[in-house]
Amino acid sequence: MRKTALDCVYKLGKIDERVVFVGSDLGPGVLDKMKTEFPQRFFMEGVSEQYIVGMAAGLAMEGFIPYVNTIATFLTRRCYEQVAVDLCIHDLPVRLIANGGGGVYAPLGPTHLAIEDIAIMRALPNMAVVAPCDADEMNRLMMSTLEWPHPIYIRLGKGGDKIVSDEKNGFELGKAIIMRSGTDGMFVTTGVMTQLALETADLLKKDGVNVGIVHMHTIKPFDSSGVISAIENVKAVVSVEEHIVNGGLGSALLETCSELRPDLLSKIARVGIPDKFATEYGSQNSLLKHWGITSDTLVGAMMKKLGG
Amino acid sequence: MQMDDRSKLLRRYVIDAMRGGGRGHLGSSMSMIEILRVLYDSVLKFDPANPKSLDRDRFVLSKGHGCLALYAILADKGFFPISELESFCRPTSRLGGHPERGKVPGVEASTGALGHGLPIAVGLALAMRLQKRNSRVFVLTGDGEINEGSNWEAGMAAAKHKLSNLTVMMDYNKLQSYGKTSEVLDLEPLVDKWKSFGFVTHEVDGHDVAALEAIFKKLPFSDSAPSAIICHTIKGKGFPFAEGNPEWHHKSGMTETDIQQMYDCL
Ligand SMILES: Cc1ncc(C[n+]2csc(CCOP(=O)(O)OP(=O)(O)O)c2C)c(N)n1
Repeated sequence: MRKTALDCVYKLGKIDERVVFVGSDLGPGVLDKMKTEFPQRFFMEGVSEQYIVGMAAGLAMEGFIPYVNTIATFLTRRCYEQVAVDLCIHDLPVRLIANGGGGVYAPLGPTHLAIEDIAIMRALPNMAVVAPCDADEMNRLMMSTLEWPHPIYIRLGKGGDKIVSDEKNGFELGKAIIMRSGTDGMFVTTGVMTQLALETADLLKKDGVNVGIVHMHTIKPFDSSGVISAIENVKAVVSVEEHIVNGGLGSALLETCSELRPDLLSKIARVGIPDKFATEYGSQNSLLKHWGITSDTLVGAMMKKLGG
Repeated sequence: MQMDDRSKLLRRYVIDAMRGGGRGHLGSSMSMIEILRVLYDSVLKFDPANPKSLDRDRFVLSKGHGCLALYAILADKGFFPISELESFCRPTSRLGGHPERGKVPGVEASTGALGHGLPIAVGLALAMRLQKRNSRVFVLTGDGEINEGSNWEAGMAAAKHKLSNLTVMMDYNKLQSYGKTSEVLDLEPLVDKWKSFGFVTHEVDGHDVAALEAIFKKLPFSDSAPSAIICHTIKGKGFPFAEGNPEWHHKSGMTETDIQQMYDCL
């Protein structure tokens, strides 16, 4: 997914001279193609996230479209004020490409785990927050970013994820995608958790439970009408996110229903990261298990809401 | 410079941990072995049996990704068993890919996000002064790490507060993640920078044990200013395939062959 995102920056740079890349001391060789072919629009700056966000704002003020890339925690926590003031208050078309959303950097510990990035980015006016479910969708998202006139936060999963998205569904920022319809229940998902939900729905189907998936690649702006029409006719709804349970996708869903359809609230359960910093290392999968984000817990949460 | 047995032993501990975790920041850890060795062998006051003793000196590893070197010396000193090193990065290990306070005995601050060590160290040094303790505070940063503005904010404050009990050391291995510091963001003139920020500043060969001992003996360099020591080092020191090679900043998915290749260098 990360490779696809960066390849797209290169492709966009080729077709549009406003596109610039800004990295903060990334790994050796990142986007070498861009560096060779249009070096003036390739910036590999030091370890200085606050500065690169401000600098990207300056470039955007003069008509450029900067794509800024580094590790998600450093692109959100470290420079939150720069993101809020320089990008969001000025409402500039800067794209933040955030490596390693959720538990990707498990062995590196809590300083590297972006567990609340969606919540804090979502809290900022003008910011769009997107978490594609696989590399194909990342490609569709990236290629649609040129004309969005506001800042965008793009959350990356780990590489090599299974392709589950379908080109037929297209991609429109802010528009939910029904990946599968369901008659008993619906999973409301974002990012690579859409994959887990699809696997889980297959398991449930074997037991005769018909559960669908509505994939919210865009968490902000939140597609209220899309999600409500997807869930209003089922008996149970479970939101699934690789993100702290407070303030992310599940919260957005509850807020929306609370405002527009309070009658739906009681059928919604949330699955996500508990409200504490990671206490284990290991791998992304071992952490997900530790956090209780597995097919088993999704089945459990769905069946409980279905009263089974 | 030839490595002696002690320097090799500590490097071996780092590899033991990497073998256990299948990953690690090889280059970043190997450049700082002698700095930590001399600090813990000859400079710092500490008690492994009582890692929180109030009169200890405080050492903050600001470049937290170099934690393998810190784990090696802490294990060597008896803060935890040497056999624990091989649990590196395993789910329930205390020894993660960055060091955490409260988890690992002897670790003063949870680091890993760069540019946090010096601000914390200024706070520690002020606390020592307020509590009328003689404990000294040491902090080790990377060279790429000091791209972060927070270091320079804290640096100005350390001078303002005349923190003679504070020493900042830089692991100046001339490489950061992407490549050479001289190309990504040149730090030169580095000595002049620290001097102009109010630090009495010296340079040393960061792999020369005798030279390191001699420079630490001179501390504090002033009784009315903080001290800075720029340690000239080689990233990946001791491992020819990794020396000066940004590809070895961090590696995951290490094979037995990779690991054997490392042991063979010692
Ligand atoms: C705030 C922050 N930004 C980015 C990183 C990712 N990162 C880890 S190590 C590193 C390079 C550090 O270079 P340097 O300080 O020179 O250390 P060394 O060469 O000794 O590894 C970077 C950019 C980080 N850990 N923290």
